[in-house]
Amino acid sequence: MSENRIKIVEKILNANDRLAKANRQKFDDAGVYAINLMASPGAGKTSFIIKTIEGLMADGVQIGVIEGDTAPVTIDSDKINAAGMPAIQINTGGDCHLDAVMLENAIDQMNLTPLDLVIIENVGNLICPAAFELGAHSKVVIASIPEGDDKPYKYPNIYRGLEVLIINKTDLLPYIDFDMDYFRKGVEMLNPGLTTFAVSCKTGEGFDEWLSWLKAKISK
Amino acid sequence: MHELSVTESVLEIACKHGEKARAKKVTDIFLVIGKLSSIVDDSVQFYWDFISKGTLCEGATLHFKRIPAELICLDCDHKYTLDDELSPCPRCGSARIRVISGDEFNLESIEVQR
Ligand SMILES: [Zn+2]
Repeated sequence: MSENRIKIVEKILNANDRLAKANRQKFDDAGVYAINLMASPGAGKTSFIIKTIEGLMADGVQIGVIEGDTAPVTIDSDKINAAGMPAIQINTGGDCHLDAVMLENAIDQMNLTPLDLVIIENVGNLICPAAFELGAHSKVVIASIPEGDDKPYKYPNIYRGLEVLIINKTDLLPYIDFDMDYFRKGVEMLNPGLTTFAVSCKTGEGFDEWLSWLKAKISK
Repeated sequence: MHELSVTESVLEIACKHGEKARAKKVTDIFLVIGKLSSIVDDSVQFYWDFISKGTLCEGATLHFKRIPAELICLDCDHKYTLDDELSPCPRCGSARIRVISGDEFNLESIEVQR
């Protein structure tokens, strides 16, 4: 190594990660539990959020939603406002992911004090959002049955670094050739012991387990 | 689009360390990208040429070192690398495996002119 070679070894996304830590501190100071929700388009993210809100409202949990969109469309946040919760939309200006700076701007627009839970709906795409820490307490990915049981084998990087995996649309299992054991085995190789909930937004199956997991986190 | 934020971070880190070393110029930047970290394609180079203009790093060459993901079998201790698709242990067929590396996404070193 020449004397002009300088060894650094710094994480490329270090600046983002530092800001993510500051975001986390803001959530912690306000006593808010935050989740970063990621999924492919069509995995049922918005229905999942609405069903989660409905399931928590009965217990008086106050929820805010921060939505990442690549274009200024408000259909999703309108649905969430209709469910009676504050929603803030972040237009990423075409970016394929949310990063810690964008989240910081959204947090500053939202009054966190009365809230117990913030759900951050990331941009519909799995590859890029996974790389950027936001400062949420847990990263949650929704996979859906129609996407196929070989996803973990073909796209191994997206299952790393998550705290929770939701397998959505289980009501379609009788109609689609999806081997749950094969799917789960792949996930286990990449992220051992990952907390997983198999749910259906349509029938409500599996939601009790997911909601009790979430309630336990909120009350901490 | 993702690559733009990545490129900006690379520039920030490289300039910071170049200044610290009182370099006249940063000529080379060495990046280490693990197979399981998110994909960085050639568009980083494309953005690089634009955003590095007028900085200490203008004209620096980006070197990408892609490192494979390594897996270990929990049943027979065999170590192997991840190909494009995730597969069970090639030696004993076990699916009880663990990822031991491949998440790296680092700026490893720079080369400067003083
Ligand atoms: Zn083996």
